[in-house]
Amino acid sequence: MAIEVRIPTILRTYTGGEKAVDATGGTLSAVIDDLEANHPGIKERLVDNGDLRRFINIYVNDEDVRFIGGLEAELKDGDQVVVLPAVAGG
Amino acid sequence: MLTIDQTTYDGIVAHAKRDHPDEACGIVAGPEGSDRPVRLVEMVNAAGSPTFYEFDSTELLALYKEMWDNDEEPVVVYHSHTATEAYPSVTDIGLAGEPGAHYVLVSTREHGNNDGPVEFRSYRIVDGEVTEEEVTVVASLPTP
Repeated sequence: MAIEVRIPTILRTYTGGEKAVDATGGTLSAVIDDLEANHPGIKERLVDNGDLRRFINIYVNDEDVRFIGGLEAELKDGDQVVVLPAVAGG
Repeated sequence: MLTIDQTTYDGIVAHAKRDHPDEACGIVAGPEGSDRPVRLVEMVNAAGSPTFYEFDSTELLALYKEMWDNDEEPVVVYHSHTATEAYPSVTDIGLAGEPGAHYVLVSTREHGNNDGPVEFRSYRIVDGEVTEEEVTVVASLPTP
């Protein structure tokens, strides 16, 4: 088992067009590092200076990770992660 | 080119007028790959601001899950400008996250909440590059 990570259209250039990829890790931070190992460049689009980017939303089992520990949010096999860019502007 | 039906066009304009002087925002979903904007979804501007808009993160996820279940995608992403022209701001360009969508900008600067014409313009925003496109309003979308 692994953790399924749903990738938004704008980041599929890093996943060869795949809508979802598998990753492993006990925390969101570890999962992102695992993603980076297989899809180089994607981490920088999610994380900036050690924090989640303000206008990228990441959900674990439908919970916004900002409410469950951010990058330290704990994950386990079978969890589902969704990445969505904010829909925002000025 | 963006082809949009009159009812959806009117719905977007009415939303922008109603929320003036705050920015209004939403999407028009359509079947994946169809380029047909058929289902207008008004969203709450969680920023509640005359100069910024943002979908609430929980509502954003609910919206996308609904679209995935329906094999839909956001064909149009719209928002209003309430004091400036209907052209993407630097922030709009920097945050544009749907390279396949038509970005519609409505400006209510002239008539606010009242009746009267609005600017209604559409753009592609890809990799920071803005390309304006023609908007064609039709009585109803041609059958696919």
